[in-house]
Amino acid sequence: MSSQTARSNLMALPAIAWLGLFMIVPCVIVFAYAFLTRGLYGGVEYTLTSDNFLRVIDPLYAKIFLTSVRIAGLATLFAILIAYPAAYAICLAPKRAQPMLLFFAVLPFWSNYLIRTYAWIVLLNREGLINNLLRWLGYDGEPLSLLYSEGAVIVGLVYNYLPFVILAIYSSLSRLNGELVEASRDLGAGRIRTFWRVTLPLTMPGVAAGGVFIFVLSIGNFVTPALLGGGRFQMIGNLVYDQFLTANDWPFGAALGMVLIAVMVTLLLLQARASARFSGETAEAKNG
Amino acid sequence: MADALRIKLTGRAILVLVFGFLYLPIAVLVLLSFNDSGLPTSWSGFSLRWYVSLAGNSDILHAAWNTLIVAVVATIIATILGTMLAIGMETRKRRSTPLEALAFAPMVIPDIVLAVALLTLFSRLNVAMGLHTIIVSHVIFDLAFVCSVVRARLKNFDFSIVEASRDLGASSFTTFWRVTFPVLLPAIVAGALLAFTLSVDEFIIAFFTAGAGRASITLPMQIYSMIRFGITPEINALATIVMGVSATVLLISQWLNKEQMTR
Amino acid sequence: MLNPRTVGLFGPRFGMMNLRSDSGDLILTLRQQREKTVKASGDVRASVKIAGLAAAAMLLQAGTALSADLVISNWAGYMAPDIAETFKAATGLTIEVVNHATNEEIMGKLMASQGKGFDVVFVSSPFAHILNGQGLLEPLGAEKVPNLKNLYPQATKLAFDPGNTYAVPYAWGTTGLCYRSDLVEGTPDSWSYLLTPPDALKGKVTMLSTDRWLMAAGLLFKGYSVNEKDPAKIEEAKNVLIEAKKTLLAYDDTTFYSKLVSGEASLVQAWDGWCNYGIAENDKIKFVVPKEGSDLWIDTMVVMKNSEHKEAAMKFLDFILEAKNHAWAASNIFYEVPNKPAMESLDPELIKKYPTMGVSPDTLVKYEELQDLGEAQRDYSKAVSEIKAAN
Repeated sequence: MSSQTARSNLMALPAIAWLGLFMIVPCVIVFAYAFLTRGLYGGVEYTLTSDNFLRVIDPLYAKIFLTSVRIAGLATLFAILIAYPAAYAICLAPKRAQPMLLFFAVLPFWSNYLIRTYAWIVLLNREGLINNLLRWLGYDGEPLSLLYSEGAVIVGLVYNYLPFVILAIYSSLSRLNGELVEASRDLGAGRIRTFWRVTLPLTMPGVAAGGVFIFVLSIGNFVTPALLGGGRFQMIGNLVYDQFLTANDWPFGAALGMVLIAVMVTLLLLQARASARFSGETAEAKNG
Repeated sequence: MADALRIKLTGRAILVLVFGFLYLPIAVLVLLSFNDSGLPTSWSGFSLRWYVSLAGNSDILHAAWNTLIVAVVATIIATILGTMLAIGMETRKRRSTPLEALAFAPMVIPDIVLAVALLTLFSRLNVAMGLHTIIVSHVIFDLAFVCSVVRARLKNFDFSIVEASRDLGASSFTTFWRVTFPVLLPAIVAGALLAFTLSVDEFIIAFFTAGAGRASITLPMQIYSMIRFGITPEINALATIVMGVSATVLLISQWLNKEQMTR
Repeated sequence: MLNPRTVGLFGPRFGMMNLRSDSGDLILTLRQQREKTVKASGDVRASVKIAGLAAAAMLLQAGTALSADLVISNWAGYMAPDIAETFKAATGLTIEVVNHATNEEIMGKLMASQGKGFDVVFVSSPFAHILNGQGLLEPLGAEKVPNLKNLYPQATKLAFDPGNTYAVPYAWGTTGLCYRSDLVEGTPDSWSYLLTPPDALKGKVTMLSTDRWLMAAGLLFKGYSVNEKDPAKIEEAKNVLIEAKKTLLAYDDTTFYSKLVSGEASLVQAWDGWCNYGIAENDKIKFVVPKEGSDLWIDTMVVMKNSEHKEAAMKFLDFILEAKNHAWAASNIFYEVPNKPAMESLDPELIKKYPTMGVSPDTLVKYEELQDLGEAQRDYSKAVSEIKAAN
């Protein structure tokens, strides 16, 4: 028991050391700024204050946070709805073809974020390829405005992070060796019932991990809202970025960053707890 | 039989649709790289001129090489550390909230905060900066993503087979390589692909933790700095080559493998 | 991987080429070895071990930075591509040029590192002002940079730095409206075309998204200063801009001219130099400065106080200020430079094609210089956040 714990801790140690040294230590320095004052020319003055946290409590920032959560949440939902069947289909492919399919799913993302986003603009803009195609097909109404909307931002986010969700779901889906599913079918459960009662619960950790990926990456993204959303949407990542670089207000940026990290980590811990309970129940059901 | 066929066909159809979506903008990008005028607005004829000018653009090629180094090294380190962390966390008898929070933090920390924090630290300690500092920084978030994928696979993992293996006299090392590792392999591969992809595309943290010199410019830094005067289609050409070469290498290795197996 | 030009510059002297190819070979050998081992024994352990070795080799290579006499950070494409060669030929000094994407990013980097490692940096005037306020800049002077005499007199009396004590103006210009004369009726000579557009332009205009210029449009429309600090007036400008969001296609400060070229937009708020890129592709595109006035922007060169090569840095500033070197920027990237002999050497055809290149310094300095806002920056940031978050 205690030797098991010791072994577990030993396994986690290198990563903990790395994060402690290169994440915690530097962030402590920056987070100390949150309690200091902005100097006349930006920079930091060593006058203690709680002012920065009081400024965070403002309906404006709550609104920006909620907008970000909505956009990131919708992107997460759509990505899972697309990625799950995709990961399932990859698992149905011959075993030897599976790594290839995974590889080809991430390959487009070894190009560059900026040029992929520009490619979407070329496709979607009012004088773009899709509108030209429609015109060629005989459509002669007003060109469609597909860009600079919340929809365009969501498409951009789903597109850019979809492979990550596919990878996460695949890695837990491929573990199902089919026996369990077959057993369930043999016992007379229908295909849909089997999926809902056996397959989905067992792959929930993968879905959760993939969902977390796209959610956290989306909420911190600012290239997509700026280019595909026409800068009409302010995401939370952008807000922190602006404080540090545009407004030169490091203390406020640090305070916003701290609050954001605290909120997000809490949400993730709650999510982890909920999914642990969920899979715990299914595990019991499986054993019982 | 008809049932199995139907499932197979549905699977194929889904793959075609999803891959169509993933490659749609890529097709545009490849097309633009062969467009003589280089403008996205009109097609002015097939041309290889952007490939020729790419070959003479040492800045872009140098940056691409740096990006490869950063991504490969960061991925190797992050995959090892992240996998170990995942195993450590999932084999614990009791969940540790601080440890869970620590594993989530790198994913939610705003890039700019981490970037400014790291630069402040490195410069206070007078650390000479370069590709190595970018690598150190990328490992931070890469390892969190790897850990997360591997943990998802370890959930519901039946650790009794590990105990069984040990009871049968296998050393813990053998147990790991023969029992745990094969189960984890797909998740480790997925995590590594994820880390590599994240690293290749990361800009802000790389910009802040790079040294003050050309020696540590990565491709995203190069491309973002071109925004002001327009990104040339050379970048499209480079992306086309990168994807083309990676795909070819993989297809050949797959084919060689097959040859070997059939022999 | 490197072309002969770069090798000639850095290679033989610093042995960088050798270092690189050596460790490259090492990595290659390691990889081959790894493949062999994996095939031979099928043992994953060996491959992990070798992957570790490869990582160490790559790290080793990553750590080898080359040292030049001068490190200069600039926007990509803002200087002659052969600047390193010509500077070396003239002074025997080697330079290394690195790029930044925006003022904001290089500022963040300079503030966090106290400017260590950089010698000369190109930033816009309000940012130079802040850097100087932070004590990060080295004082300049005619004795160190004799070619300051080439500057127009107007460029030596700029309000942010009279007498060029810490910054040398590199390029300057204004912000206005860039439009398709075939899609816009008449001359859109007022900010109202942007903020309360006629029906034909609704949904076909874009504004700059960087906070100062976004706010400037609203402030100038209301008849206020671009450096207005009165919260009530900032509030008014904010409300105008929120209202204007309804008729706006997008906020864009990178691709607006291609939106004009494609016809996606008909009128965009633009920096004069950038509008010229549109003109280069479509001669129906024109530029106008609204009658309510506009701002004067100045991109500058500064020398960092922490630089260990200040003398070389001053030589570089002096070199750029030589008429033929400074004229490069004007004739290649279509920005006016505040250098009298350089501007006088320009081809008249160029000025005919790009009228903004012919604007006199007297006209330019009548526009209002953007200045650092101090405490009021907070109000601007918040206003811009509100505008961007409005729906």
